[in-house]
Amino acid sequence: MPLLQLADVEARYGATRALHGISLTVGEGEIVAVLGANGAGKTTTLRAVSGTVRRSGEITLAGRKLGRRGPEVVARMGIAHVPEGRGTFAGLTVRENLKLGAYTHRGRTPKVDYDRMLELFPWMARREGQQAGTLSGGEQQMLALARALMQRPRLLLLDEPSLGLAPTIVAEIFRIVRALNEEDGLSVLLVEQNAVIALETAARAYVLEVGRVVLTGTSDDLRRDESVRRSYLGY
Amino acid sequence: MAQFLQQVVSGLATGGVYASLALALVLIYRSTRVINFAQGEMGMFTTFIALWLIDAGWPYWGAFFATLGMAFVGGVLLERVVIRPVERAPVVTVVIVTIGLLIALNGAAFWIWGGETRSFPSAFSTRAIHVGGVAFSIQDFGVIGVSLGAVLLLYLFFRFTKLGLALRAAALNPEASRLVGVRVSWMLALGWGFAAVLGALSGMMVAPLVFLDPNMMRAVLLYALSAAILGGLDSPLGAVVGGLSLGVGLNLVSTYVGFVGDELKLPVAFVVILAVLLVRPVGLFGRTTVRRV
Repeated sequence: MPLLQLADVEARYGATRALHGISLTVGEGEIVAVLGANGAGKTTTLRAVSGTVRRSGEITLAGRKLGRRGPEVVARMGIAHVPEGRGTFAGLTVRENLKLGAYTHRGRTPKVDYDRMLELFPWMARREGQQAGTLSGGEQQMLALARALMQRPRLLLLDEPSLGLAPTIVAEIFRIVRALNEEDGLSVLLVEQNAVIALETAARAYVLEVGRVVLTGTSDDLRRDESVRRSYLGY
Repeated sequence: MAQFLQQVVSGLATGGVYASLALALVLIYRSTRVINFAQGEMGMFTTFIALWLIDAGWPYWGAFFATLGMAFVGGVLLERVVIRPVERAPVVTVVIVTIGLLIALNGAAFWIWGGETRSFPSAFSTRAIHVGGVAFSIQDFGVIGVSLGAVLLLYLFFRFTKLGLALRAAALNPEASRLVGVRVSWMLALGWGFAAVLGALSGMMVAPLVFLDPNMMRAVLLYALSAAILGGLDSPLGAVVGGLSLGVGLNLVSTYVGFVGDELKLPVAFVVILAVLLVRPVGLFGRTTVRRV
């Protein structure tokens, strides 16, 4: 049984339908990428999973149906969503952002998790008291990622982590995601404009066009595919 | 000099009352961008409940804390029953609902307890104590202590507990809060609960000074509103500083500026609102979140 399964999922913003029946799976311990042009429905796919958009069709996490559950319940089921545009709490400190990540855990914020984040992102140790809104874009993205990891998710939804960031920072973020996947078996559903780095990171990928899956396969297969190369890899 | 100090202390006492009601307004405003015009009447209504308990033979502090507890439950219930259905409606709609709530609570109080003014007991002696040759009222110190104590407790709660953090997060960024599992809708209800407690507190503190009747909180709400605007509607600290400085300021103005007296205090509060909105609309402590883009 796959960890995450979407069967014929539709989603709409008001009267506009953004997804026309998406089906995909993410296996336990797998990184899966979603590729596509702007407006293809990549972000909406993640939002359908986390419940931040109205959706129909069937979504299951390890066999449990998400149904119409809202984001606060989906989060408690073990799905962490790092939305596009970071999703940090700009007015709160770095420490408070991390603590909020662990909000669903009973009792105190687990110290092991907190220390692990400071180990993964050493700069945070020196800036615990700083307001998140005053961090650089790359630091905010890392904080959003760390905040999501504090949730101890079974599945991480990562939306455009490279957006607007310098290449060295993008490389650093993806290095950390790969390391978490290899060492802790973290499962990730990744949306990314940068197809090169997405296919390097993910084992498999789905290509979306106007709200439908038009192509799927292993990253190696997709890299060799003529249309993917022309449209998304640019050679 | 003696008169000046006396006026400052009694200004701080009324200012403490304004501050707690202003803080109640700020709590709700921060999370919903709505000014709860029923805030004063909620305080008045709970003060009647306190008087009813005291008349039934409860000791003052027993009635005081029981009233705070009932105010909390009542505030949460009001949010669930009256505000929840319009949660996604435009701000103006919600504001009108709170005005409706004001009228309903006011009418209910007239209906249940009648319109005559009643005296409300004070927890503190009205005797004077002499400090350095100046006579101060013990009651003033008591009111200052209770108001600031409540504000301090609330600060510690918001600052150092997980639930307090979630409440702040829900006010700052509801979308992201839901993603980390915070039940934002319940946080709004809790916010109403805390606001109702502060309202009850200010009602019980002001009632011994102005006598209790269903319209008691009208003027207090306007002072609290100008205090909140002076401090910045977004800023809890601003509400407290705004409340205290308004209390002291009004007292000094009415003592030393001959033509103002007691009767023109309320217009002075309006002048404060107007001046702040013209000169510095975010208030003394209001600020937009620092953000690097």
